[in-house]
Amino acid sequence: MALTREHELHKRRQGRNIGVLVVLLAFVALVFGLTIAKMTTGDQLQGFDHTYRIEMDPGARTGGADE
Amino acid sequence: MTDIRADIAGQTGPGDASFGDYVQLLKPRVMSLVVFTALVGLIVAPVHLHPVEALAAIIFIALGAGASGALNMWWDADIDRVMRRTAKRPVPSGAVEPGEALGLGASLSVLSVVMLWLATNALAAGLLAFTIFFYAVIYTMWLKRSTPQNIVIGGAAGAFPPMVGWVAATGSISIEAVLMFLLIFMWTPPHFWALALFMNSDYEKAKVPMLTVTHGRRSTRNHILVYTLLLAPVALIAAFTSIGGPIYFAVSLVLNLLFVIGAFRLWMRREERAEADKYAAEKRFFALSLAYLFLHFAAFAVEATPWAHALSTYVGWETASWL
Repeated sequence: MALTREHELHKRRQGRNIGVLVVLLAFVALVFGLTIAKMTTGDQLQGFDHTYRIEMDPGARTGGADE
Repeated sequence: MTDIRADIAGQTGPGDASFGDYVQLLKPRVMSLVVFTALVGLIVAPVHLHPVEALAAIIFIALGAGASGALNMWWDADIDRVMRRTAKRPVPSGAVEPGEALGLGASLSVLSVVMLWLATNALAAGLLAFTIFFYAVIYTMWLKRSTPQNIVIGGAAGAFPPMVGWVAATGSISIEAVLMFLLIFMWTPPHFWALALFMNSDYEKAKVPMLTVTHGRRSTRNHILVYTLLLAPVALIAAFTSIGGPIYFAVSLVLNLLFVIGAFRLWMRREERAEADKYAAEKRFFALSLAYLFLHFAAFAVEATPWAHALSTYVGWETASWL
């Protein structure tokens, strides 16, 4: 009987562990949501992919030459 | 097989606090005020964030406030232990180790500032960092124990959240943000001194140099009246900026009349009378001060609605060009 009895301390630790789990999941969800929000509301982005693209060159677009 | 449970009966140590104890470290009641005023700062700003960005901004501003609360509890554990009002806080009661409070406060400070930067902008994050520094270092570690003007200057820490909310949305500081800051800044002294009038013995026991302890109740009553008279024009001027309007003006006018009358009553009272009715008027003034701040910020939020804009147009309400 005594060997399997839950001590109050275990309940407290369990509660704390669940609390930390909920906080971490909420944080992950928030960062994910924030990423999506930033991607949908920000300016159009183009990554560098090792080929020259004229639309990514401000000098070429305005017709000016690089100094 | 040995059951370790037999060895831990009734014993707790570092890291054995409940989740609720750690939440208490963040001063949830102060956080709720921070959330409310920062939210109003965001709502009334002329630029609107994406709802998720706004939610993140509010959460990280609140987290920053909570972090400074934890740092405050770590540093003030010795005086919290002496005062009846604070003796049950997690650190003085022994539920949380001082080092845990310091660790939680410091790590949440860094996390909240960095995350607010990523979610909004550098100026808002910088202001939040300054707010945490101001509350934890300038107020808690320095002013609180050294000068009776502690809460006057320290009140700035509580006044920053609506400004941080505004800056998170707009990226800059304007007269509206400054007026929201000043409203809380000027409101803090009469609010806390009214509390000190009927909680004086607590501060005296802890040797905290509250005005009531160092200069007496008569001087505190004078100070309450002066700050209340200085607060009224600050609150009313906000009605003539882009965040004000006729609804805010009406609400502010009534509240300031009540607040000034209340401050006059406290100023007129003699100590024997206050002691006889167990500081009933002081307690009423303290309760009024809570309603005063809440209703002012609620009125700002109402002024941001389309109906309030329609009313302003209907009555021909104009913002002052000199502001």
